[in-house]
Amino acid sequence: MTELRTFAVLVEDVPGVLNRVASLFRRRNFNIVSLNVGRTHERGISRMTVVVEADARTARLVEANLYKLVNVLAVEDISERATVTRDLALIRVSAGAEERAAILQICEVFRARVVDVAPSSLVVEITGAQDKIEGLAKLLEPFGITEMVQTGAIALTRGADTGATALHRLATEDAAADRAA
Amino acid sequence: MMTAEITGARALWEALVAEGVDVVFGYPGGAIMPTYDALPGYPIRHVLCRHEQNAAHMADGYARASGRVGVAIATSGPGATNLVTGIATAMLDSSPIVCITGQVPSTLIGSDAFQETDITGVTLPITKHNYLVTRAEDVAPILREAFYVARSGRPGPVVVDITKDAQLGLCRPDHGAPVRLPGYRPRRRVEAAELDEAARLIDAAERPLVFCGHGVVKAEATALLRELVDKGDLPVACTLLGLGGFPASDPRHLGMMGMHGEAWVNEAVQRADLLVALGMRFDDRVTGNLASYARGAKKIHVELDPAEVGKNVACDVAIVGDVKDALRGLVPRIAWRRREGWRAEIAALREDAEAHDVQRLPDDGRLLAAHVMADLHRLTGGEALVVTDVGQHQMWEAQYYRHEAPRSLITSGGLGTMGFALPAAIGARFARPGDEIWVIAGDGGFQMSAAELSTCMQEGVQVNVAIINNGYLGMVRQWQDLFYEKRYVATPIVSPDFVKLAEAHGLSARRVTRRDEIEDAVGFARMQRRTCVIEFQVAQEDTVYPMVPAGNDLADMIRRPRMKGVS
Repeated sequence: MTELRTFAVLVEDVPGVLNRVASLFRRRNFNIVSLNVGRTHERGISRMTVVVEADARTARLVEANLYKLVNVLAVEDISERATVTRDLALIRVSAGAEERAAILQICEVFRARVVDVAPSSLVVEITGAQDKIEGLAKLLEPFGITEMVQTGAIALTRGADTGATALHRLATEDAAADRAA
Repeated sequence: MMTAEITGARALWEALVAEGVDVVFGYPGGAIMPTYDALPGYPIRHVLCRHEQNAAHMADGYARASGRVGVAIATSGPGATNLVTGIATAMLDSSPIVCITGQVPSTLIGSDAFQETDITGVTLPITKHNYLVTRAEDVAPILREAFYVARSGRPGPVVVDITKDAQLGLCRPDHGAPVRLPGYRPRRRVEAAELDEAARLIDAAERPLVFCGHGVVKAEATALLRELVDKGDLPVACTLLGLGGFPASDPRHLGMMGMHGEAWVNEAVQRADLLVALGMRFDDRVTGNLASYARGAKKIHVELDPAEVGKNVACDVAIVGDVKDALRGLVPRIAWRRREGWRAEIAALREDAEAHDVQRLPDDGRLLAAHVMADLHRLTGGEALVVTDVGQHQMWEAQYYRHEAPRSLITSGGLGTMGFALPAAIGARFARPGDEIWVIAGDGGFQMSAAELSTCMQEGVQVNVAIINNGYLGMVRQWQDLFYEKRYVATPIVSPDFVKLAEAHGLSARRVTRRDEIEDAVGFARMQRRTCVIEFQVAQEDTVYPMVPAGNDLADMIRRPRMKGVS
């Protein structure tokens, strides 16, 4: 059964690594819904959050193929785990003085913030899961959304477990043991 | 250990020497000139190819014949893009090669400078890994890494693209520095629990089959495979690239499986209750229709690359790791067992199929390619290293040249690259200087890389070349015959006089038109100290049987019609 699956991927922060990951998904015909990449607290390590349409079998192949990339350090399929998952969106809405109050009210319900105001428009910032962002966008639509940008999901597993980062640490220790042996 | 300051170009050759490289295959050009200029003085021989694609095939042939890493060198732009088919060929057959390309100076990258191509971008999906090197001090450590990546784990091609300024710049290379690849884990330890479960399935099976894939050859696991087969009385079928991984003369060796596999092998696969697949990837040419493939069989898949496990065929037990490690664990775990009933069942299938065999056709004066293969096998004592091209002759060779030893057949299995054979054989010659080498190519494929006859002459390379000339692109013609109502569009091919062509290169040649001339011609070739071309003018419209049409059930084969007067 095809569903959305989320992967946390730690990669070496080297030129071309995003291209390698994107090229792999294209070549193997894996369907990316969103892909986010950014730095981590560890120097030289970037973290990607990739959301893919996949069944369980494809998900396993996604993971195995990611590991084949030399610059990939750790991969975790966090689809079945409890996670904190967030998307960030910025939405520019047409709004004269008379519509602002109504928009602000909607924003309050969604815990969105107005981060820029111009005479005839304003920019709303919202973080949350995809359905929350879509919900806000739907309500703002009647006012006229003129521009919108979204980051794609980022995710961490809940609890003390450090997820992909722990996997990477274990793998590094294993590799050191292999070399010593 | 620090050394004196040298150019990146010198660091490159030092790194190659440190890796034990003694031959490279290449073609010079502007962006790689500093590297070529620095070659004299290093104990490395350069073989000048006639097209960079063939340099990659030579490196590939060298790698497959020896198990070591082959090296190809080309310049930027067209030199680099010409390598592409050779790289893809090595990728699909997991062959360890390192391709070194020159690149325009780093300051010009991205400017569409003369002979600039983004070769790391181009080769991204057809390499195991690739590198762009822009600083002299990175040349040696990255080459060291490249060789390590190419040969370790599931081997594959690695491209190292080096800018001209990196070749010219100065550095102090440290050839002893450890490779730092934090995310790269090429070898996995096989799990005891999986071995236990696999052994349980093998012991319980009534109709088991062992599949010998390329991984058996690469892991050099033939002796262990024989132990497994001895203990469990297990019949063995080979993939195309697995031929030689188990000796063809062994009574438990059944032959090749798949689209042009032996009929009894494909029938046995469909009747089996257990498949033990060793170092293979269940390619579509092996399985036919996946939905009906070996439905009654449990599957044990031993495979180094976890991305191959469960890709095409779901398995009951996956042993992810080196075939040799897995066999070492399996042999002591399985029970001593005889399986007379199963062997008798396969023998009956085989007897029935052999009635169709081309060897039983009455001699009607036509020279058949299969006769050439069978006679070559007999006349070389089955001991030649055979390098085949792609097409009908490749399948006939696989059926009739019975390979006894690993690395005795080199062929482009995965990509099916025409033109592969001659350059791959040239590369193999440098890996196996004392062995008898036969190229077998069709008239079409041979013409794709015929210019390398010049390389044979210039470099003093001796190989024997059998051209199976049927005046057609035979395999495509066969498909037109069977599936396109005999519309022979673009398949008739006119060839030069191959004997004169060889002689024009200063090489020896013979032409054979009748079966009774084969022995003499082969004897003539074997006497030559330079490359010898034998053109075999064979029947024009012969068909490779049996054939599982693409997508058909594996046992649903087109068979060679039985001939009158033959039982």
